Amino acid sequence: MNARVFVNLKPGVLDPAAKAVQGGLHSMGFGEVQSLRLGKVIDLKLEDRPDAEERLKAMCEKLLANTVIESYRIEIGD
Amino acid sequence: MAFDVAVLTFPGSNCDADLRWAVNNTPELSARAVWHKETDLGAPDAVLLPGGFSYGDYLRCGAIARFSPIMNAVMEFANSGGPVLGICNGFQVLTEAGLLPGALLSNRDQKFICETVVLGKEGKDTAFTKGLPETLRIPIAHHDGNFFADQDTLDRLEGEGQVLFRYLNAQGERQSGAAPNGSVHDIAGICNAAGNVVGMMPHPERASDPALGSADGRALFSALQGFLEAK
Repeated sequence: MNARVFVNLKPGVLDPAAKAVQGGLHSMGFGEVQSLRLGKVIDLKLEDRPDAEERLKAMCEKLLANTVIESYRIEIGD
Repeated sequence: MAFDVAVLTFPGSNCDADLRWAVNNTPELSARAVWHKETDLGAPDAVLLPGGFSYGDYLRCGAIARFSPIMNAVMEFANSGGPVLGICNGFQVLTEAGLLPGALLSNRDQKFICETVVLGKEGKDTAFTKGLPETLRIPIAHHDGNFFADQDTLDRLEGEGQVLFRYLNAQGERQSGAAPNGSVHDIAGICNAAGNVVGMMPHPERASDPALGSADGRALFSALQGFLEAK
C-alpha cells in the first residue's frame, strides 16, 4: 500500500522561508496570495497490515513531525 | 580522581573535539568521547552533547540523532537526575528527544549567524550555571536557533526560572527583539523542570580561552566542576 504524509508548521509558528516565497510572488505581481506555508510531502510504500494506519500515526508522532511546531495529515492510497 | 564527562559524537558533530578540550582544560574534569553507536554510557558524572550537525539534520535538526543507539542511555541518565548539557545541535537533539521543552526553528532571517553575542544569565541554579556572572560574551553559530515554545510552555519556563540564558543587546541590556535569530522572549538557553538538563544555542567551548576572543564560556565548565565536587 501507499501512503502520503503532509507535514506543515502549525499556524502561528514563524515560517520565514514561506514568508520569503510569498514575498517573491507578491513582487511578481501575484498580490492575491494572502498566505502561504511551505510544508513537506513524504511518500511511503508499505507492507499491507491491518494496523497500518495506527503505525503511520506512530511514525508521524515519533519522527516525521515534531508536534511541538508541526501538524501532520495522513492520506492512505492503494 | 577526575570526574568523568562523557562527550557524545554523532555523525556530523564538529564541536566535540573543542568541547573535550574545554572539559580537559578544567581542573578535575576528564572528557571521554562516546560514539553515537554505543549503547552503554558507562558511569559518567555528566553527559555533554556537542554542536555541529547530526545525520545531515535531515527532516529537522536533531530529529534522527534523537534515535541514535546511545540516546536510550542518555535518556536514562537524564531521567535519573544526571547533569546533561546540549550545545547548539545538542540542544536541538534534547528538544527532539523531549528532554527539553520547545523547539528550534530556522533563524528569522534565513541566515546562518556566526557572531559573538552578549548573554544574560538568569533563572535557577543548575550544574552548569551556578555562580556564573550576570553577563557573558559567547559566540553563536547556527542556522536553526530560533527558539519557539507555545504560550503555556513559555509561561512555565519564565515562571519556574527555567530560562537560563537570554540574548541581550550589544550594551548588555535586556531589549525585546535582541535575539539575532528571532527566538521568542530572546531565549538562548533553558533547563528542564528538574534543572538537571540544560540546552543552549551559544557555544561556551568556543569562548574557553582568551586567545579565542573570550574566555567567558569557561565559567560553565567551572560550574560543573564545582557542582560535582560539592556532590
